[in-house]
Amino acid sequence: MQEAMINRAKQLLADGTVNRVIGWKRGEFAYDITPAVFDSADELDSDFVFDDFTAANVSKYLVKESKKEGKVLAFLKPCDTYSFNQLVKEHRVVRENVYIIGIPGGPKLDAEKIKAKGITGILGVKNENYTLKIDTVYGEETMPFYEAVLDKCASCKSKKHVVYDELMGDEGDVLDSDRFDMVEKLENMTAQERYDFWREQLSKCIRCNACRNVCPACTCEKCVFDNPASGVENKAPADSFEENMFHIIRAFHVAGRCTDCGECSRVCPQNIPLHLLNRKFIKDINELYGNYQAGEDTTSRAPLNDYRQDDCEAGIVHERGVE
Amino acid sequence: MQKIGVFVCHCGTNIAATVDVKAVAEALGHEPGVVISRDYQYMCSESGQNLVKNAIKEHKLTGIVVCSCSPRMHENTFRKAAASVGLNPYLVEIANIREQCSWIHKDIATATEKAIILGKAAVAKVHLNAPLTAGESPVAKRALVIGGGIAGIQTALDIAEAGFDVDIVEKNPTIGGKMAQIDKTFPTLDCAACILTPKMVEASQNEHITIHSFSEVTDVKGFVGNFTVTIKKKARYVDETKCTGCGLCTEKCPMKKVPNEFNMGLDNRTAIYIPFAQAVPKVATIDPNYCMMLKNGKCGVCSKVCSVGAIDYKQEDRFIEQKYGAIVVATGFNPINLDKYDEFAYNQCPDVVTSLELERLMNAAGPNGGTLLRPSDKTHPHKIVFVQCVGSRCDDSKGKPYCSKICCMYTAKHAMLIREKYPDTEVYVFYIDVRTPGKNFDEFYRRAVEQYNVHYIKGMVGKVTPRSDGKIEVQASDLLADEQLHIDADLVVLAAAIEPDKTARPLATMLTTQMDTNDFFTEAHPKLRPVESATAGIFLSGACQGPKDIPETVAQASAAAAKAIGLLVKNSITCNPCVAHSDELMCNGCSSCEKVCPYGAITYIDKEFRMPDRTTAVRRVASVNPAVCQGCGACTVACPSGAMDLNGFSNSQIMAEVDAICK
Repeated sequence: MQEAMINRAKQLLADGTVNRVIGWKRGEFAYDITPAVFDSADELDSDFVFDDFTAANVSKYLVKESKKEGKVLAFLKPCDTYSFNQLVKEHRVVRENVYIIGIPGGPKLDAEKIKAKGITGILGVKNENYTLKIDTVYGEETMPFYEAVLDKCASCKSKKHVVYDELMGDEGDVLDSDRFDMVEKLENMTAQERYDFWREQLSKCIRCNACRNVCPACTCEKCVFDNPASGVENKAPADSFEENMFHIIRAFHVAGRCTDCGECSRVCPQNIPLHLLNRKFIKDINELYGNYQAGEDTTSRAPLNDYRQDDCEAGIVHERGVE
Repeated sequence: MQKIGVFVCHCGTNIAATVDVKAVAEALGHEPGVVISRDYQYMCSESGQNLVKNAIKEHKLTGIVVCSCSPRMHENTFRKAAASVGLNPYLVEIANIREQCSWIHKDIATATEKAIILGKAAVAKVHLNAPLTAGESPVAKRALVIGGGIAGIQTALDIAEAGFDVDIVEKNPTIGGKMAQIDKTFPTLDCAACILTPKMVEASQNEHITIHSFSEVTDVKGFVGNFTVTIKKKARYVDETKCTGCGLCTEKCPMKKVPNEFNMGLDNRTAIYIPFAQAVPKVATIDPNYCMMLKNGKCGVCSKVCSVGAIDYKQEDRFIEQKYGAIVVATGFNPINLDKYDEFAYNQCPDVVTSLELERLMNAAGPNGGTLLRPSDKTHPHKIVFVQCVGSRCDDSKGKPYCSKICCMYTAKHAMLIREKYPDTEVYVFYIDVRTPGKNFDEFYRRAVEQYNVHYIKGMVGKVTPRSDGKIEVQASDLLADEQLHIDADLVVLAAAIEPDKTARPLATMLTTQMDTNDFFTEAHPKLRPVESATAGIFLSGACQGPKDIPETVAQASAAAAKAIGLLVKNSITCNPCVAHSDELMCNGCSSCEKVCPYGAITYIDKEFRMPDRTTAVRRVASVNPAVCQGCGACTVACPSGAMDLNGFSNSQIMAEVDAICK
């Protein structure tokens, strides 16, 4: 796949369709794959990577990239296309300046899950019949492939590309995923249990802002958390209240716009399941206003900034809050 | 340095009985920035206002907090008082310690604590208040009346009388509304058409009135004095300017089996039709659901017989846009659907009719030419049972909780008319209560009982069963005699509850006016502002605001007209300075605010910005038209980056209030 992608990218660079390519390159470690922009065929040949660790969603980078001179080629996995569409809808990326090649999605791997098995010094991985062969500095190790899959891929919502200019590989379908199972479990807890669950999770937060920085819905010119006038900008968690509120405010800010790409949880160094907050909003929106998938298209009215006759009354919040 | 004055009102005992006002004044006196804190019996009185004014002058106050009633009552009073001594009126904050505190609490300690908290929040807010200056905007000298029943006609006539142009938008092919369907009117028993049709003609002939019949309001933008309304003129397939109303087409139309809605479906009309003889405008309309030419292109008879060539099968809906200074809602009512009332056999038996159907059965222009005959076999009914409160005063979900108000009187009217014209007819009326307040109303009802010997029976009808011999068995209880009754009736008349017209709710959304749970429009104040909606420039006329009979409707229609005229005579009105604005440096251009703005006040512009390193960038940013913005604040909550803010209710002010409350 990597080979085919590099070749197609080189063709598009050569024929002038695009003048640069956004893809991924390796960092310090094999599993440390980061988005990168390539200007030439040489760079592509030497650095372009697409493998089982290539999970990063590049859509957000297009906010800036699509405003530069010329067209940029972007390889988007199915989940990334939802983010991209949502950004188009919010006038954040310039669609005309991006050439999109839809590429197959995951499941992608979570290096932390491999490390959790005591496997370190990872040099590379190979998936052989769903047994993961891991090449390490200490020799080869194996583990079941599915035990190493990223959580966000394990509950994948869709294998369908909602936007592209051309496709590599086969087109998939929207999946019937179990992504709301954990949300349901939380809903069934008592208020105290739920509070305890979130206190435990959110107290781990070190306010590194990685979740915000990676989030494709967080593309404000100036984030409220960086704006002293907003009153919520404090960098460090001054008290446990702020610690909690940071993530809750963030979830409110992306409500109705979050496509559930799962990047927030993937990048969290403290492994806080942040996506659960967003999924709760998505589930509520689906239940209260009918099914809605942010980023599915670029024209529909999002339920939270649309008004319809049959919308539930505000009192629903109270009714649903009753235990 | 802020110098804030706090003024706590007793409101007689309204506040002072449940809130320890002295303690409130004392506590708020210790808040940061507060230099004077006083309580007084009636702060809104002349001497109360003087107390405020003198304090502003003496202490050179930079802001004041009045702890009193709702800002809807006296905010303006105190703003004016402040302005009269040179303090910007927008540096006045009201803490509502009456409606939201003293009136709803019983315990003094709780109420006092809450009043202090509300006062603290207002002090925290006033610290961040900025002086604002109100602008002015012009008033379009034209009114729109939505609905062409007696309410709409009366309002339009009165506004036109004052010399202003008025447009009536009526969804049906003719104006006249429900009153046109009514046979006689209580308590005088004069003919409804005889008093309505001259008004209809007057409306059509008045040079200031334009009637858009067969039309609907599809969009309303703007605000008081400056509404822009889109009106859909539905295709009637007849050129209104050419049609003379001769009626030849309606005679020749071969499609004669269309239920006639004017006669409540009791007889048929043709596919091309004029609703009734005195229709205004007297123009034919083709019903596309039945016209064979429009359905399958075969016929064209009307076009052939029309001597003026008015038929136009290709006509399409037209949209017109017009500016209005004031809008009067007069959408009226309908009887409720009786599908849920199987016990009265309305859907099983043609001889069980609603009161409005009875009006048509008795009317000279009705299906029987004015002779009261049973719909089923066209025979004279000799025993008639009237059932009151069908769906009115219901405590279940089937009906309406309110009294429909008109049924007692029209039933007495029906009973009396029948006894007068057909003395051999026995008439029974089953009622919960007979409610006849109103000038000459109770006398009218008593005449029905005493002079016309109508059998009024207190009790409800339990079951109505049509029998194979044509009789209708009515089982009922007589509560006063405490006995069960079985009556073999020939005709049963149901006094169906009335409800607002179904078009009212979507219209309320367009107009951003409030409705109650029954979809009646809510007046700005139930006692003191009964014909104004809470939305400036929108007035209420007739049954759209609540059940009403004709005299009340006409009175309210004229009152609404007076209010509208009061607005239209002004050349300009003061704008609300509490409007939204966007911080362009923070705006993402995401369009969330534009989508939620109910007034269409937000547009997006591409604007060039200076960026770091002497570069420039073109960014899409929101721009608010302050003349259109009504300061509702929807945009400020929708904005994900907090770029949208509202003068007078800024995000930081609201946060300060919340902080003060949570402290």
